[in-house]
Amino acid sequence: MMLRGLWKLTWVEVKIFLREPLGAIGTVVIPVLVFIGTGRALGRKIPDSVSAGSFVRVGLPVLASLLIAISAVLSLVTIISIYREGGILKRLRATPLRPQTILTAHVIVKLILTAATLLLMLLAGKRYYPVGIHVRFLSFTFALLISTWSILSIGFLIASIVPTARFAQPIGAIIMYPMIAVCGLFSPIASLPPFLHALARVNPLTYAVQLLQGIWVGDPWSAHLADVAALVLIFAVCTALSAKVFRWE
Amino acid sequence: MNPVIQVSGVRKTYGSTIAVDEVSFEVHDGEIFGLIGPNGAGKTTTMECIEGLRKPDRGSISVLGFDPFRQVYKLQDRIGVQLQQAQLQKRIKVWEAVDLWASLYQKKAVDAENLLEQLGLTDKRNAWFMNLSGGQKQRLFIALALINDPEVVFLDELTTGLDPQARRAIWDLVRGIRERGKTVFLTTHLMEEAERLCDRVAIIEHGRIIDIDSPRNLVDRHCPERAVILSTADPLAETRFRSIKGVESVTAVGTEFTISGRNDDLVTDVIQCLSENSIRVTDFRTILPNLEDVFLKLTGHSIRE
Repeated sequence: MMLRGLWKLTWVEVKIFLREPLGAIGTVVIPVLVFIGTGRALGRKIPDSVSAGSFVRVGLPVLASLLIAISAVLSLVTIISIYREGGILKRLRATPLRPQTILTAHVIVKLILTAATLLLMLLAGKRYYPVGIHVRFLSFTFALLISTWSILSIGFLIASIVPTARFAQPIGAIIMYPMIAVCGLFSPIASLPPFLHALARVNPLTYAVQLLQGIWVGDPWSAHLADVAALVLIFAVCTALSAKVFRWE
Repeated sequence: MNPVIQVSGVRKTYGSTIAVDEVSFEVHDGEIFGLIGPNGAGKTTTMECIEGLRKPDRGSISVLGFDPFRQVYKLQDRIGVQLQQAQLQKRIKVWEAVDLWASLYQKKAVDAENLLEQLGLTDKRNAWFMNLSGGQKQRLFIALALINDPEVVFLDELTTGLDPQARRAIWDLVRGIRERGKTVFLTTHLMEEAERLCDRVAIIEHGRIIDIDSPRNLVDRHCPERAVILSTADPLAETRFRSIKGVESVTAVGTEFTISGRNDDLVTDVIQCLSENSIRVTDFRTILPNLEDVFLKLTGHSIRE
């Protein structure tokens, strides 16, 4: 029963997304351009700076991947609030479609988009990135999809609290972007002051970054089971909370 | 035969506001039943309780034998719904919406192309939802409400915001739905719409149902007054008019007379009087009360206020 309509709805939503004037370009092309552009700019300094070198080799690809995931989350928040405001969610609910089917379709659309953007980023990176990219492609994609899937559940929570569609994007950004600052990507968590340390511990992005960095440098999955578990836990908690507070109209 | 919809003692509150209070009525198989009243009277809340989208605080509802809230998925397979002020995804194409909806139901959907044809949407099948006119959007929503060949169709303020021409076209479509043997439950704040479409109406105000009957019976019961307005230069006319049986008042403004009474045969009697007395008239109109007058009488204010 759950599956009835799921694939058709997912496919329709993918097509609708591609019809958005800036949809595909904004969310797919721009992260890739930023990744390559920043990489090349920093790449020239690599011989003189150890930290620039390590950032270009690991930090930037992980940051770019994280931005792809976050833009998927923000886009989800916006779409859900527009659909709610326009009565589209309500109209879909007045059919035999299960509520969870409607939301699952949107999650799948965002995961497809994330995977497509990552693919483009890695392909462009092979050709234009200043340092060689030797990543286990499938493993890294999988790691990013798990991370995205987990933080999409935060997106549903945010979508529940934004008052109108107009505020969806800014409120989402205000919540999501500061999370990047304390996720251990720019400075190791151990070096953070104690209160930020605690914040980093409950920050979902921390686990996403640990997982992505690890898989990028070639760690086995077994070394990151704790991160995956944390991401699954975050998903479970946020989904349970959303189920309580989510508004359909 | 069991009624298709049975509503009994339903109450729904939002905080301290009572939206629907002790509402009871039945809708019979194959009729167009209208819930009429001003905006905010509780029409949509009542309808959404019946559709299973809201849970009433009290009372019981049965639709096709189902409890709409507990058995909402079973019910939704057999009903068609058009919601007030609903939208679809801006850039979904007409055929995609119909195709998506067709895939959602357990029973076999009706032929989509045929449905679009009947609703005059064939040449719009590749158009985006956002580019449709108001009338086309409503026709699409009717298509979506009919795609599963439902036994009961719910239409909430179907023609609000449409121009008179589009409105008339939609009325014809709704009559077409009844002709296919389906039951139609609609809400409207347009008395003309209710009068022209509905076999029976329930008048609702402040969440309470004031009366239920056919539009004709409601008018006869609450507003039996009718009047003939005519112009004549005949000096004896006024006396003749006063002698017509059942006439309650005759008022004259210049050569224009208003003859009022409660008798069903008032118009016939006036015509007979004119002919028997060879009274020549230069103008002749009748004023018959309608649902609008019934509403005014029952609530003390016009439905537009």
